[in-house]
Amino acid sequence: MWLVRLAWLNLWRNKNRTLISMAAVFFAVVLSTVLTALSDGAFDNMVKNVVSYYTGYIQIHRQGYWDDQTLENTILNTQPLQDSIYSAPGVIELAPRLESFSLAASGDVTRGVLVVGTDPEKENLATGLKSKLTQGKYLDSQSNEVLLCEGLAKRLNLNVGDTILLIGQGYHGATAAGKYAVSGLIHYGAPDLNDRMLFMSLNEAQHLYSAEGLITTYVLLLDQSEELNETASLLRKLLSSRYEVMTWEEIMPELKQHIDTDTGNSKIFLGFLYVLVAMGIFGTMLMMMIERSYELGMLLAIGMKKYKMIILLVSESILTVMVSCLIGMICSIPLVYYLNIHPIRLTGELEKTYERFGFEAILPTSTEAEHFIWQAIVVFCIGLFLSFYPVWRVIRLDPVTSMKR
Amino acid sequence: MNRSTVIDAHNVSKVYNPDTIPVYAVNNVHLHLERGEFTALVGPSGSGKTTLLNLIGGLDRPDSGEIIINGVDITKLSDNQLIDFRLHNIGFVFQSFNLIPVLTAKENVEMIMHLQRLSKGDRDTRVGQLFDEIQLSDKLNSRPSELSGGQQQRVAVARALASKPQFVLADEPTANLDTKSAFNLLDIMLKLNQEENITFLFSTHDQRVIERARRVITLVDGKIASDTAPVNVATTT
Repeated sequence: MWLVRLAWLNLWRNKNRTLISMAAVFFAVVLSTVLTALSDGAFDNMVKNVVSYYTGYIQIHRQGYWDDQTLENTILNTQPLQDSIYSAPGVIELAPRLESFSLAASGDVTRGVLVVGTDPEKENLATGLKSKLTQGKYLDSQSNEVLLCEGLAKRLNLNVGDTILLIGQGYHGATAAGKYAVSGLIHYGAPDLNDRMLFMSLNEAQHLYSAEGLITTYVLLLDQSEELNETASLLRKLLSSRYEVMTWEEIMPELKQHIDTDTGNSKIFLGFLYVLVAMGIFGTMLMMMIERSYELGMLLAIGMKKYKMIILLVSESILTVMVSCLIGMICSIPLVYYLNIHPIRLTGELEKTYERFGFEAILPTSTEAEHFIWQAIVVFCIGLFLSFYPVWRVIRLDPVTSMKR
Repeated sequence: MNRSTVIDAHNVSKVYNPDTIPVYAVNNVHLHLERGEFTALVGPSGSGKTTLLNLIGGLDRPDSGEIIINGVDITKLSDNQLIDFRLHNIGFVFQSFNLIPVLTAKENVEMIMHLQRLSKGDRDTRVGQLFDEIQLSDKLNSRPSELSGGQQQRVAVARALASKPQFVLADEPTANLDTKSAFNLLDIMLKLNQEENITFLFSTHDQRVIERARRVITLVDGKIASDTAPVNVATTT
């Protein structure tokens, strides 16, 4: 115990050196915590945007639907099937959809459209459709009105209250035709979707496509997005092989790849940060060992065993790194929370790019406890690893050489 | 005074650069010290005083010869055994005091007893005695920076004696002290030598120290050139 006390007192014999070491560790913890929190927060936000955009966390279709998206690959929307899906832990909402393509007409203008028949309330819970409404009123499950995306409405010269004509092919080749009042306009950031999507109630879509009781997709909302793959695996086991269960990562592999690439880049950056910090700490350790060479030689001469000297020096390193890691961790908490509440807002071209894809142009931080804890642990381990340098020096310590002035 | 052999060195040599141009720092030295001696090791710079002290103190190993301390040939001990041997048998006083700056005078002395795993009661008793002997009982809780050079060296002497060693090796103990502090330190060392029969072997250039030594060994080029008692043997003042 007296060795630990001596170690603590030794820290303050050269305050500047100790403060430099502590500052290096402190800033490393704060920077790496903020960096990982920003990186993960931005990705989480991106995923949430994507999920709430259209895909949901998980989709369930008839086996083969994803490769051949036709009305012949529908499934029966039954309560037992829904119950099975809800029985999987983590599934908090599901929205049934009937999706197909039709030709839309208004006056002399025609466009191909993606018709999405859905349960308005469930769809809103799963993907937040109502929040995308820019004009008019939201869908009603009992009415035969439709919601148009702004881009499509503009191309067809339609506004709220106007009528749109739809014609296409229904289930088993039946003719699908109908005219619908536009109840509201919605906005999607991605031009691809904004120019071709139309929403109507599920009942109305089933009626239009002569597909009573049928759907093409269940869109699932999860409680814990981290358990995406576990939930998907469980659903695959729960449901028969007639169904295909796809995560958003499988539905949008390019986004997953983008996140993986960016995560890799962040790790490289973090690696550089760790190296810089390690060099800073090592520099002060080097200075410390040179300054105290005579003293260590003297301690060895008067009978201090090397293992006690190692305990002394490692205690000094641990105390320096532990105290600064703790302070860094504590200080990074309000900073990360502040950046979560007041996220960094992107501007200029980057902002436009984000918004074009329907993402909020912000970089919020993730407030997961693991960021604070892990970064502190990683930096602590770096400090601990570097304390092997004094250990190595002590092992090789020779009192006569050390005490030569 | 109980006379028994404390240090017995035979044919001790230490050679630097043995493969190129050999330099004999210590050359075939025989040295015999008995309990209660107060011996000065003198000689010009580079004569091998510090090397011989290092060899006797078990800080360095001779290239040949044997050094028997209290019946133990320390040249045969492993590094770890040597550290333990030094802790329990040899006290060191260095030229530049070398107290731990963050510890008080008491803690500096107590450190040796911590290393020896003495109980708090034993430590307190021993510290009390030692500070009485070095006449610094009022400076127990002073840090080295609050003490004069002479006081620091007295604390260093107390630290050297803390483990109740067989003998004390002092390398130029008065080199950094003014005359008054040097005499004061010498008085204390002599008193400890005479009253408690503590053996002192110190290297020095200082005539004041040499005059008070009972035995003076002169080293020249690593060899003992003379081994005599000085004409004017000092007594405790």
